[in-house]
Amino acid sequence: MHPIFASIAIAGPETILTLGSLAALMLGTFTPKHRALVVTSLFAVAILGVAGFSLTDAPAGRSIAFDGLYVADDFSAYLKVIIMAAAAASVLLALPWLQERGAGRFEYPVLMLLAALGMAMMVSANDLLTLYVGLELAALPSYVLAAFSRADDRSAEAGLKYFVLGALASGMLLYGVTLVYGFAGSTQLDVIAQLVSAQAERSIGMLFGIVFILAGLAFKVSAVPFHMWTPDVYEGAPTPVAAFFSAAPKAAALGLMARVLVVAFPGKVAADWQQIIMFIAIASMVLGAVAAVAQTNVKRLLAYSSIANIGFALVGLSPGSPAGISALLFYVTVYVAMTLGSFLVVLQLRRPDGGTVETMADLAGLSKTQPKLALALAIFMFSLAGIPPLLGFWPKFAVFQAAIASGLLGLAIIGFIASVVAAFYYLRLIKIMYFDEPAVALASEGSPVNGALIAACALFCSPLGMLAMSPLAVATARAAAALFPA
Amino acid sequence: MIGLTHYLAVSAALFVLGVFGIFLNRRNIIIILMALELILLSVNINLVAFSAYLHQVHGQIFAMFVLTVAAGEAAIGLAILVIYFRNRGTVAVDQADLMKG
Repeated sequence: MHPIFASIAIAGPETILTLGSLAALMLGTFTPKHRALVVTSLFAVAILGVAGFSLTDAPAGRSIAFDGLYVADDFSAYLKVIIMAAAAASVLLALPWLQERGAGRFEYPVLMLLAALGMAMMVSANDLLTLYVGLELAALPSYVLAAFSRADDRSAEAGLKYFVLGALASGMLLYGVTLVYGFAGSTQLDVIAQLVSAQAERSIGMLFGIVFILAGLAFKVSAVPFHMWTPDVYEGAPTPVAAFFSAAPKAAALGLMARVLVVAFPGKVAADWQQIIMFIAIASMVLGAVAAVAQTNVKRLLAYSSIANIGFALVGLSPGSPAGISALLFYVTVYVAMTLGSFLVVLQLRRPDGGTVETMADLAGLSKTQPKLALALAIFMFSLAGIPPLLGFWPKFAVFQAAIASGLLGLAIIGFIASVVAAFYYLRLIKIMYFDEPAVALASEGSPVNGALIAACALFCSPLGMLAMSPLAVATARAAAALFPA
Repeated sequence: MIGLTHYLAVSAALFVLGVFGIFLNRRNIIIILMALELILLSVNINLVAFSAYLHQVHGQIFAMFVLTVAAGEAAIGLAILVIYFRNRGTVAVDQADLMKG
């Protein structure tokens, strides 16, 4: 067999997504207008399902494709499953919203498929070139999605801000990539590691390159000090799009960050990036916790919550150890379920005038008008706050444990304090829902699919989710081990 | 003789110009798009200079990809700008303040 066919077989999920997104575009164009959206969305979910399922058939261990540009291993497979699941959920949860407002705009699921393809390439990147192309392929559809409500001022502004800052971040990342290429002499991650360890002294150009790459990636995961876009984009973008932004792209960018740092810059260079990651982690946890206290808009609150959560996840990356990476993957898994669940509840609620819930005051007395949704949101908030019996506690515990095991006690202590501060605003939302008098009678939008998704996320985050912990521990440990060659 | 450092200096100057063009410009969003292109072009100079210096072709292939992506990025940027202009009737930077941040 010609090597190109073997490569295409190894990159199976990406091949399926590429062909699937092209087919989805055709399908949407040639289906009658009133059915185009539903047909294309269901087709997109099916494609994501097939792509996810094809991962189960992949050969064990590490397979390199396209002459070293692409790698398929347990790490990429684990993250791809999360990305596909989050993207499929994002397509499904947007369906009622789209039917209500943008009738027949079937481009939405197609853009989601293309973004998922970019994210799958990101976590499988074994070369700086694949990294850049994957990152842009994930980012370009995201800019369009943020501006999807064309007639809405705020959506257009969110799209514009996201585009300008996103393009600046990829420019910085790219500048770092050129410096690393020039000073190491290769763009392939594992070759960079060999060349760097062969150099007698570390070059200042290389260090600059790592800093620029980290700045670009920190933007993508919305970590402090590159978080400024997050609250604005979450507030302005349509709520289903904000839900999508908070889940799958974060998982992909964190995976990419872990792979680049651990594979390309191990050993003596590691001390340099560990300091940067620790700073980013502390700043994100503290700012995410403190700035959220003053927020009145629910989507802005969730934006700051995602900034804080990225900080906690980065605590797992700081030690650069297998235990830390495995805790990071566990954190990402649980975080995706918690954030998607919270956004789903916000999306499911309707004010009497038909608008979506925007301010926290709208949620007052939710336990009396919509007890089931209030219970689900309370579970997500308790879980995000990290209250022990709920699942959200365990990944926080795992990242702090990994940090302490590597001697980063100070980092863990700051993390504990930040998570106590953060608990304040999560609990305040619960207080508003359960103890305040209802201001407006909120109706449930009543989509059964979204109801089922909420129930699934809530069950996963509830103490019952602990049943999933031991299989998750096995899977994350195996995925993390893939990054560390024996 | 013009060496690697000269190319790197030009590219660094262009990069800094591009970044300042984004942050110090209070007038027009189209100028921001031009500054973004400047950043990507400075990156290309870097790539081609390193590629020639290292006697490898990888850097030049990378530059081709960057050019392609830059074209797509400019197209999407202008499309979003058109939507924004239709809604607001202006492309001034300091008018983009519906959401504080």
